[in-house]
Amino acid sequence: MAIDVEVNGRSFSIEADPNTPLLWVIREELRLTGTKFGCGIGACGACSVHVDGEITRSCIIPVAAVAGKSITTIEGISAPNGTLHPVQQAWIDAQVPQCGYCQSGQIMAAVALIRKTARPNPAHIDEAMTNICRCGTYPRIRKAILAATGQAAAAAQETYDGR
Amino acid sequence: MGVKRRAFLIGGAALIGGGLFGVSWSERAASRRAAKLVAVDKAGVFQTWIRIAEDDTVTIFSPHVDIGQGSLTGLAQMAADELDADWSRIVVESAPVNAAFANAPLAQGFGKELLPFSVPPFLNGIVDSTFAMIARNIPLQVTGGSSTVRATGQMGMRVAGAAARTSLIATAAKRLSVPDSELTTAKSQVIHAKSGRVLRYGELAAEAADLTLTAAPKFKDPKDYRLMGKPIPRLDIPAKVNGSALYGMDVQLPDMRVATILAAPVRGGKLESVDPAPALGVKGVEKVIKLDSSVAVLAKGYWQALTGLKALSPKFSDGGHGALSSASISAAQRAKIKMDKPDHKSGHGDVPAALAASGGKLVEAQYAVPFIHHAMMEPFALTAHFKDGKLELWGGVQDPLHSRKVAAEAAGISVDQVTFHPTIMGGAFGRRLPGFCEIIGQVVQIAKQSPNPVKLIWSREEEVKHGCYRPQASAHLKAALDKDGRIAGWSTDYAQSEDAAGETRFVYDVAAFALRHYEFATNQHDGAWRSVNSNQNGFYCESFMDELALAAGEDPYQFRRKHLPPGSRHLAVLDDAAKRSGWGTPPIAGRGRGMALVESFNTIVAHVIEASVSADGRPRAHKVWSSVDCGQVVNPDGAAAQIMGGIIMALSTCVDEAITLDQGAVVQSNFNDYPILKLAEAPEVDVHFLESTASMGGLGEPGVPPTAPALANAIFAATGKRIRQLPFRNQAKV
Repeated sequence: MAIDVEVNGRSFSIEADPNTPLLWVIREELRLTGTKFGCGIGACGACSVHVDGEITRSCIIPVAAVAGKSITTIEGISAPNGTLHPVQQAWIDAQVPQCGYCQSGQIMAAVALIRKTARPNPAHIDEAMTNICRCGTYPRIRKAILAATGQAAAAAQETYDGR
Repeated sequence: MGVKRRAFLIGGAALIGGGLFGVSWSERAASRRAAKLVAVDKAGVFQTWIRIAEDDTVTIFSPHVDIGQGSLTGLAQMAADELDADWSRIVVESAPVNAAFANAPLAQGFGKELLPFSVPPFLNGIVDSTFAMIARNIPLQVTGGSSTVRATGQMGMRVAGAAARTSLIATAAKRLSVPDSELTTAKSQVIHAKSGRVLRYGELAAEAADLTLTAAPKFKDPKDYRLMGKPIPRLDIPAKVNGSALYGMDVQLPDMRVATILAAPVRGGKLESVDPAPALGVKGVEKVIKLDSSVAVLAKGYWQALTGLKALSPKFSDGGHGALSSASISAAQRAKIKMDKPDHKSGHGDVPAALAASGGKLVEAQYAVPFIHHAMMEPFALTAHFKDGKLELWGGVQDPLHSRKVAAEAAGISVDQVTFHPTIMGGAFGRRLPGFCEIIGQVVQIAKQSPNPVKLIWSREEEVKHGCYRPQASAHLKAALDKDGRIAGWSTDYAQSEDAAGETRFVYDVAAFALRHYEFATNQHDGAWRSVNSNQNGFYCESFMDELALAAGEDPYQFRRKHLPPGSRHLAVLDDAAKRSGWGTPPIAGRGRGMALVESFNTIVAHVIEASVSADGRPRAHKVWSSVDCGQVVNPDGAAAQIMGGIIMALSTCVDEAITLDQGAVVQSNFNDYPILKLAEAPEVDVHFLESTASMGGLGEPGVPPTAPALANAIFAATGKRIRQLPFRNQAKV
């Protein structure tokens, strides 16, 4: 049975069991490996994508549930000409990633947060950013989100040896 | 990675003897082999690790893997600075997984640390060659022990960079017919200021690479550093923000199949029986593979494989470990310590006399820590393909060269028939060290049964239930305070699987000290967990220091000061943390501050944590000030990130993590019952480096050990409750 989905602006007709989690369709059928497998129960957020603009953990949503919807993955958030999304640039400027495995999901969650709240304060960030990071990059994630949303002074409060 | 493990790696090879494995090349021959493996037309390869191409591209071959610590950029900074290379033309690649690229400098670094004497200068060459040979035979390409920058960087990359620069100058001098002393270098060029002539490195490299240097190259003076000591942006980060970085989990090959696996719930148990039919009935499933202690399902994709696996009802034995539980382990460990017959002892002075002395105050406390899981974000995923008698593997491990050997042994073929393609990893923290990667043996056996490449993925449940955990341990500490409130004697008795002596540094000035280990094996394979035994030992020791301070009626900071040599680096680090945290002034109501000082991996760290406890008893760290003396800092940004990351990982662990056993099996299964700290609970972290010319210390691990005790001490300051068992959870409830 074929399921029609739109991913990063392109249409696909997916031949897969309708119960297949969207994550595995993205990774194995569409070969987009930027969206990661971390836990399979929606607890870690490494699999985060946008479905019709809403942040969604793709490991617990069957592909049948997104038929006809518009999906964006990490590969689709920079501009068509290659310019990085401001969140991606802020992530580089603040040197956020360590092992990097959780960061696709973190970035997708941050982009979704900013779409809803243009200038999130620390409480907004705490509430929205529930993705797990084992390497402990959280202070730099906070800093990067504040910097990406024009809140440089607040960003500067996140200190580590003067940077 | 602890001293014992390093000694095992080096000592084992030394015992067997260098020549027997057939890798007894001289250093020159080894360099030539390395050069051949990475040769590119008209390029020059210098000292194994650096290749300069005709177009001036400088490629640094790193024998280390990226586990997220950013040290590859640090290594490149060190090589490029000594070389005076143009940073914008630097590329870092994984060294080929071949004995020619075995990490001799690392073996030298590890080896010399283990020698009970300083190597006299005249023996240096012989000792270095021996360790280089050992590196080829182990074979060694391991990343761990917080050693990448301080060993490979200092002894490998800087030497290669400096040697290459010296050779390039000598070659240019010959070509220009001028003395070496009239030449300078900058941004991949040799410059003759007098005549204005300039030669690019790319024009000189092929000829320069053939030169034999007569003297050891000189390192740059710190005042001339252009890259070292600077917060250079990491080379690997751009790919990690756009989804293009490829982990072992992301390997894709034509006609690839995917497998997933379930091992015996009780470690040591075997697979007794399984009816494959329910799995074979799932669309996309191709095979059910029975292994000695596990069952795997091979399918077109991960979801089909997992669905097939879940449809099975395998029967496993328990290997006789069915009575084991965390409670039974705890009780047995405490009982063993009570018997007062340790298996290993170290220390100095007469501890029994000091503890029994009259006029003294005896203080005792018992501590306990559970098994801890690495919980790296990327579950194990390794791909293997058997074709025409040869084996290829792709994936992330902390020692690709050694893993290649393990794969060859598992496959029963010669190591020359095996190629290992290393990928970056989504975290490791010691989980992917040689000896702990059961997935290698598993994927080899599965791949043997398929003509296609097979990617074996461990589910998160398999990860949680079949880890190589930090050991569950119990400790009993005793100390006596003399009439002046000074520690007269101290003993730490601890029961766990591994002897921690040699790793755990007691930094205080105490006349009588004893560290006594009681061996305690379980069915678990104890793993090296970021900072290894400095972790638990730091928790006992630094919690107990506060308990002693209380018994002496002193402030914990002043009490520690009293026991540190004046003018020592330890005192400077402690004073720095106290000053920056405003130790003398009380925090706002409801909060408490605690401190801890731990030296590990040659680095001295003090944390001060300001924390509060919520109504339900859960501790919350609001701010952490960390003072660090690791000698020189190569990349301050990366260094701060490692300390910050170690602190947050440690907080997660001591607040809410525990692997428990029941009926021999691990109880926990995923992040729902093995919770990792979230951003909302992460503190502000403020790291400060006290730089010195002391020998370089590690950074990947030292931020971890002072965290749990500093938080325990902060909880006490805030609530008056002393917690001696981890995790804290809500024990602090008032």
